[in-house]
Amino acid sequence: MADAATIDQSGANGSKAEPVHPLYVRITHWINALAVLIMVGSGWQIYNASPLFPFTFPKSITLGGWLAGGLLWHFAGMWLLVVNGLVYVTLGLATGRFRRKLLPIRPRDVARDLAAASRGQLSHDDPTHYNAVQKLLYAAIMVTGVVIVLSGLAMWKPVQLWELTLLFGGYEGARLVHFFAMAGIVLFLVLHVVMALLVPKSLRAMIRGR
Amino acid sequence: MKRSANPQVDAKLLIKDAVKLLPDPSRRLFLRGGASLGALTLLTGCNIIDGPSSERALRIVSEFNDWVQARLFNPNRLAETYPESAIKRPFPFNGYYAESEAPDVDEDTYRLALDGLIENKQRWTLDQLYALPQETQITRLICVEGWSAIGKWTGVPLRDFLRRVGADLTAKYLHFACAEGYSVSIDMPTALHPQTQMTFKFDGEILPTRLGFPMRIRIPTKLGFKNPKHVVGMAVLNNYTGGYWEDKGYNWFSGL
Repeated sequence: MADAATIDQSGANGSKAEPVHPLYVRITHWINALAVLIMVGSGWQIYNASPLFPFTFPKSITLGGWLAGGLLWHFAGMWLLVVNGLVYVTLGLATGRFRRKLLPIRPRDVARDLAAASRGQLSHDDPTHYNAVQKLLYAAIMVTGVVIVLSGLAMWKPVQLWELTLLFGGYEGARLVHFFAMAGIVLFLVLHVVMALLVPKSLRAMIRGR
Repeated sequence: MKRSANPQVDAKLLIKDAVKLLPDPSRRLFLRGGASLGALTLLTGCNIIDGPSSERALRIVSEFNDWVQARLFNPNRLAETYPESAIKRPFPFNGYYAESEAPDVDEDTYRLALDGLIENKQRWTLDQLYALPQETQITRLICVEGWSAIGKWTGVPLRDFLRRVGADLTAKYLHFACAEGYSVSIDMPTALHPQTQMTFKFDGEILPTRLGFPMRIRIPTKLGFKNPKHVVGMAVLNNYTGGYWEDKGYNWFSGL
């Protein structure tokens, strides 16, 4: 794939044809970016009120000012995150984009592309094609998104949605899962932003479509 | 009773609380100047995240969330109960005052005051309350801060008491006033939930001062701050009265 990706496909696609990212992807991507910043910043504020681990997040990177403010942001941001996420997932499934872009994910390809990346030989010349590592990470972040929403619901409504809470090992279990899902999302976010800055055309494609 | 049973807010306690939890006790707009998510501020380059307009918007969403939660609330769904071995001892103290400042309520002069849409507003002594049929539950208390702890509570189901005193069960709200000035209000469906309890005992012993002597309202379907301690007054109402924390920004319904 690294070789194939070096071939410029823009000509084959036709200049006015399909953009790299259709408009719905770009809109939902940036709404999601805002929603994730709100959820993480306010989530850290809430975490600080009763830390699960022996550390707190610096106040300067939390949202809401104090616990009540953080909670208000968190329980408002959740609607943005979930409604936007549902639009994205529905369209991604209905248009076949997920299947086209992300599947198949073969362990052999992932190992090969990881090795290439470690030698600095993984090409990002063609933004319409994801390498196997990208496919794996994009699929994983979507699964993590589902997990963080479900574990959040389990913490929010442990009585009304007790079956869901049970799935996470009870309220305290859901709290842990919610925390580690956040950690995974933040790690992804750091890597994602670094890669976008290293490969500016990918950032351009997410703004202008091509 | 050392402190007044008057449900009015004790200014001194309020200030102590504010010092403990609010960034600035004089701040009424609790979000102004408090919000700071560097990246978001940089992105937007303006003051939308910590201004009064965002606070208003957030409160509107919070009211929408009250509505959603009231619809999610199933009056027949019980909170999970646990074995004795799960009980947390000692049970954590939490409040807007220090543990040593929990109000000492005099059991001899204590009278539970009833008000609002209730037929029989006679005041209740502790002995009269203790004489009512009681139930025990071992349930999890979940704090708005995130921690949780399992405890064993014994007392009178609130719905039994409300029926006994002829409360208007079609009213919208129940308001509770506490000895130290705390107050909270809840929805009637939650008040009538089978596990909502006027609690007199913790772990088989009369409620200690730190856990709300002489009476706590235990609501396993709501966050801990909706479980008022040292309750001295109860009113059945159709008008919204908010509550101590709710007025500062905590979500009102706060159902679990």
